[in-house]
Amino acid sequence: MRKTTRALCAASAAGVLLIAGCGRGGPGGDEKISGGKIVLAVLNDQSGVYADLSGKNSVEAVRMAVADFQAKHGDQAVTKNIEVISADHQNKPDIANSKAQELYDRQQADTILDVPTSSAALAVANVAKAKRKLYFNIGAATTELTGKQCNKYTFHYAYDTYMLANGTGTAVTKQGNKNWYLVYPDYAFGQDMQKSFRTAIGAAGGTVVAADPTPFPNDNFSTYLLKAPTLKPKPEVLGTMQAGGDLVNLVKQYNEFKLREQGIKLSVGLMFITDIHSLGPDAFAGTTFTDAWYWNFDERNRQWAAQFTARTGTRPSFAHAANYSAALQYLEAVQRAGTDAADDVVAKLEGYQYDDVFARHASIRAQDHRVIHDVYLAEVKPKSQVTTDWDYEKILRTIPAEQAFRPAAAGGCAMS
Amino acid sequence: MTPTETDVLQQCFNGLVSGSFYALLALGLAVIFGMLGVVNFAHGACYMLGAFGAYVALARFGVPFWAALVLVPALLFLVGAVLERALIRRLAPLDPLYNFLLTFGLTLVLQDLVKRGYGVQSQPYPRPAELTGSVHLGLFDYPAYQVFVLAASVVLCAAVWLVLTRTRVGLVVRAATERPELTGAFGIDVGRWVTPVFGFGVALAGLAGVLAAPMRAINPLMGADLVIAVFAVVVIGGLGSVFGSVLAGFAIGLLQALGNLYVPALSQTLIFIVMAAVLLWRPAGLFGREEARA
Repeated sequence: MRKTTRALCAASAAGVLLIAGCGRGGPGGDEKISGGKIVLAVLNDQSGVYADLSGKNSVEAVRMAVADFQAKHGDQAVTKNIEVISADHQNKPDIANSKAQELYDRQQADTILDVPTSSAALAVANVAKAKRKLYFNIGAATTELTGKQCNKYTFHYAYDTYMLANGTGTAVTKQGNKNWYLVYPDYAFGQDMQKSFRTAIGAAGGTVVAADPTPFPNDNFSTYLLKAPTLKPKPEVLGTMQAGGDLVNLVKQYNEFKLREQGIKLSVGLMFITDIHSLGPDAFAGTTFTDAWYWNFDERNRQWAAQFTARTGTRPSFAHAANYSAALQYLEAVQRAGTDAADDVVAKLEGYQYDDVFARHASIRAQDHRVIHDVYLAEVKPKSQVTTDWDYEKILRTIPAEQAFRPAAAGGCAMS
Repeated sequence: MTPTETDVLQQCFNGLVSGSFYALLALGLAVIFGMLGVVNFAHGACYMLGAFGAYVALARFGVPFWAALVLVPALLFLVGAVLERALIRRLAPLDPLYNFLLTFGLTLVLQDLVKRGYGVQSQPYPRPAELTGSVHLGLFDYPAYQVFVLAASVVLCAAVWLVLTRTRVGLVVRAATERPELTGAFGIDVGRWVTPVFGFGVALAGLAGVLAAPMRAINPLMGADLVIAVFAVVVIGGLGSVFGSVLAGFAIGLLQALGNLYVPALSQTLIFIVMAAVLLWRPAGLFGREEARA
């Protein structure tokens, strides 16, 4: 709470300064494209824990979207003048807040993309609402963005905690693994995930035998791993909500203590392909999780991934592909509207149905601005089945768009 | 659910394994502080460099774990010696704050250099093939690798202690640690020992890093997370007291594990509660002496 207050103070202070400083009004009168150009701003983590799975390569993905948009529309494009800028928010809500103000006001950004870390994401949503400028969140997981804190200018793109829990919790329980032991890091994301998993597991007819919060960060999980087989009834699945280095620590120790051999499967709440790469597929082999997108899913994805790899030297995570998709759909909406005036673009986005390399059977829900699309239940392959670089996932099934995400009515969003 | 005897025993083992890392890191810190009066804030970064060294040695040059266990600390000994000669030594006569700032800055630089080269994701490192199984310890099975880490750390700490108490070199180092002026007056060149002692402390941190590589996440921040706890350990043991630091390292590991079992919510803060209590009772730490430079 203190952080929020601080962020709000910083926001109002910065706001006053900016208004007093430049005295520049809203978008200029009769121009169709404000300032004569469209500016896409990627605001994300460029040096911290999310730098590899999103970071600078997300900026590159947005540039790919601009290039594809320009190639498609050529002279018919609403403007040829499209600029991509970026900033580092260091995963801190107060920095995210002031950077967002700067991007919208001083650098004339028409939309902000990405913004991992839920607290930072919510801070930027407030700025977008106040400035009446668009914001596509890709990197953050909180369902608040399309729940109580939703607003007219904010869209939530790739994934969220409900979709992860609903996909993995439901599917794994329905496979006959009724009893779960949940281990989650003791901060907002972990607590939120734990609740969502509990609900999904219960709805699918399963039971949470025990749920333990763990210190964050933490490098020794042996207490919980040794406890798992002693629980009554003995859990069939260990559901971990850890991320990043903590997830790697936990999985290393899960293997050391041979829990898989004792009949306790591993299920991961949020996993990025970069995490599998960190440990090598054998450490995760057989682990199920929900993925928003996988580069080796079909020919269309592979082609896009090949372009991405040529530009960046690495395989794309779902966050990279989602940044591409959000930037492309934003530009297409401007094209349809014939202007970058925010209200007109929002009108063209709401209810829009489409299909692109990231978002299949996608539509943008008008009620809460949740972008719904097909997501995938994935299993990590053992190394023996890995045929090419980063070919780590077997897609078990596609979860159709309309089942994957929280129903609009359940979120409590009053669009304003 | 009340924990059974086996649970408690297993937890004790977990605690001692965590304690192994605390002890090895605390040992290096204590030796460096004792001899140089420098609080080496870069110690966590040296631990991280040890783990990355093992990773790079294997991934790039195919150097196996057992060789890395010798090569990486040897390399870090040189790194430590260079740092001491080039930087630490120059600030030693000034307020200790300068060396604190220097080593803190070094941490940031080292972390960022590694980040630049390898990103923030953890790097893979397999367990050595000889230690992939588990060992039967009376009531339960325990991963062989963890048992090895515990044994290696006990042997190392004992060896360092023996060298310090039973050899001529140890005698000089101990004398120079406790009474540098007096030792100098006996015609012993104390300054000559400073560089190798600093290098040795850094090498120990690197060795702990190599030991950690197969069982912990290898990323640029791994040392930063650990070093705070290790500082608390050193303070509890008594600044500059080698014996106290090692003992406190194992004891704190044990205490944390039992805390995890009985009062999970406290496990993270327990170490600092203990530190506060010890400082109230013995301001110089359990084995520190009031007159020491603490």
